[in-house]
Amino acid sequence: MPDSPKTLLVLGGTSDIGRATALAFAQQGWAVQLAGRDVQSLNREVDDIAARTGMTVTAHAFDALRTDAFAAFIDGLPVLPDAVVCVVGLLGDQPRAESDMDHAATVMRSNYEGPSLILGLFAERFLGRGSGTLIGVSSVAGDRGRASNYVYGSAKAGFTAFLSGLRNRLAEHGIHVVTVKPGFVRTKMTEGMKLPKPLTAEPEVVAKAILLAVISNKDVVYTLGMWRLIMLIIRNIPESVFKKLKL
Amino acid sequence: MTMLSGWGRYPSFAADVVSPCSLAAAEAATAASQGAVARGNGRAYGDAAIGTGMTLSMLGLDRVRAFDTASGRLTVEAGVLLADIIATFLPRGFFPKAVPGTRFVTVGGAIAADVHGKNHHGDGGFGDHVESLLLATGGGEVLRASRDENADVFFATIGGMGLTGTILEATLHLAPVETGWITQRTVVAENLAAALAILAASDDVTYSVAWIDCVAKGSHLGRSLVFLGEHARLDELDSRALDNRFPPIGRPRLAVPFDFPGFTLNHLSVAAFNELYYRMGARKAGSPFLVAAEPYFFPLDGIGAWNRIYGRNGFVQHQCVLPLGTAADALADMLDRITQRGTASFLAVLKKLGPAHGLMSFPMSGYTLALDFAITPSLFGFLETLDEIVVKAGGRLYLAKDARQSRATFVAGYPAVGHFREICRRLDPQGRIHSQLAERLGV
Repeated sequence: MPDSPKTLLVLGGTSDIGRATALAFAQQGWAVQLAGRDVQSLNREVDDIAARTGMTVTAHAFDALRTDAFAAFIDGLPVLPDAVVCVVGLLGDQPRAESDMDHAATVMRSNYEGPSLILGLFAERFLGRGSGTLIGVSSVAGDRGRASNYVYGSAKAGFTAFLSGLRNRLAEHGIHVVTVKPGFVRTKMTEGMKLPKPLTAEPEVVAKAILLAVISNKDVVYTLGMWRLIMLIIRNIPESVFKKLKL
Repeated sequence: MTMLSGWGRYPSFAADVVSPCSLAAAEAATAASQGAVARGNGRAYGDAAIGTGMTLSMLGLDRVRAFDTASGRLTVEAGVLLADIIATFLPRGFFPKAVPGTRFVTVGGAIAADVHGKNHHGDGGFGDHVESLLLATGGGEVLRASRDENADVFFATIGGMGLTGTILEATLHLAPVETGWITQRTVVAENLAAALAILAASDDVTYSVAWIDCVAKGSHLGRSLVFLGEHARLDELDSRALDNRFPPIGRPRLAVPFDFPGFTLNHLSVAAFNELYYRMGARKAGSPFLVAAEPYFFPLDGIGAWNRIYGRNGFVQHQCVLPLGTAADALADMLDRITQRGTASFLAVLKKLGPAHGLMSFPMSGYTLALDFAITPSLFGFLETLDEIVVKAGGRLYLAKDARQSRATFVAGYPAVGHFREICRRLDPQGRIHSQLAERLGV
């Protein structure tokens, strides 16, 4: 008898990266749980992935800002997944976030508080079971705060640090934590933005990188790989010089 | 506003493109439009998928809704590409029951043009394998149409060039296949009569198509390579193919990076190509061999943007169908004029068609000839003389390829247009759906 398939939970299942990731795993024989706010859109993606792959795909309502509902959300899943990928994020509007505290708080909560708390909660469940993979999709924007998007970037920096700490703590218990740092990705989030083509990935490329990271136990993944070098340089520019740059 | 044209890059129009990303948005855009038509992947050659006021890009509606492995029944949104269906379902042992010469068309476009493939003589066209569809009308309704429900709308929509409304979703049937390979056999025909005879005698062969050397003259006029094919069964695969039962469907391997200068496809180069292609093909003639489905069905898909080889002015394709009784004489007449004119078509394809069932479908029992021509000052007058032959023979031109036929040629070829127009008016009393093709031909 074949082994029963592993299950992936995608938080942010209607995002382009979330959808592509779910499809990439389902094509490799994983069952998929798709979670997101807009259940109607979620059902469209569920039907699509199920029809394409023949795998079991289910939809689950999830709002990253409703932290009080997180425990019930996990209890309500049909099975505790083998892997959880969190693709939740909100780019927001940097100029608005500079003067509108509510907007800034929403960006911070969507990119840091919600993703960190839900993965933290899953970490405890995985510890109880003794296995599991947690994947957080952070951003190169979190590697250094820049004038053009530091509210978003600071929240992603917090998320990156959280994942790093989680990995540090859980490694000896057999629980794998992956940090994914995409650069530019052609998605709904970046629609209308002028992106440099050689540095811009399609969602499918990010999805494949996530799949590969899970299969081959990678810790921190940049997509595209060129971004690792770019961010290395950006991180190492002295602050006295950096503050004068328009970035 | 962006400039929009079809695959032939002629003609082009300033167009307002709207890209709905849900069925509800497409439905709302259709009902609120003025002079709109849906556009798939832009592979119609002329002006069929350009609205007079607004063009609805359907590429965002690319989700599969349901698939039943037992029956091969597939429901998709209209913007799903056949390339996507093949890449997804061929590895699972299913293939569309009709595919045109490119897999980069949407399901909505394939229905609207009732596209045909190399198996039309036996298996019918794309529309024949559609079970039902969901149509947003200009009148603001969403109708389900099938052979049993709103049947007149169903048959007007198949081959209706998008003019009955916006196709939102379709349910169609895929054929089970044991492998992703085709057993191909090439037969050499010394002239047109021989080519027609081979095609006529190949009714029981699933796939058949003839490539015509349109440079050869005299007794060799219409000399051809006839390509016959069947889906290879598992027990027909050699060891190499067995290792790769469903060969992967790739992305375009090459791309034409710029517009070729106008002189590239001159008479000498086309003549040389025709001669070479004929000789290479003839060498393979005789015993059957295995070829992967992708290069077999979609040889030009391997080259991205191949339409650029015709240069900046673009090109037109002249594809006609001629009834069985008149085809032989009319084809000989057309080929004779083409060889005499000396501007040979790079790509000339002859194929036997069976009957079609859409009100405005292109195919009819007979033979279809497809020719490509780079646009030159004398071309349009010459094509008029070809049209006269087609009309006299009781044939018609393919609307998905057309960019220039006259209203008279159109009306002569499509006698059902009056009935079609009535159905469109009923579905769309305010005339919200309108394409540049409909405007040009007075549909």
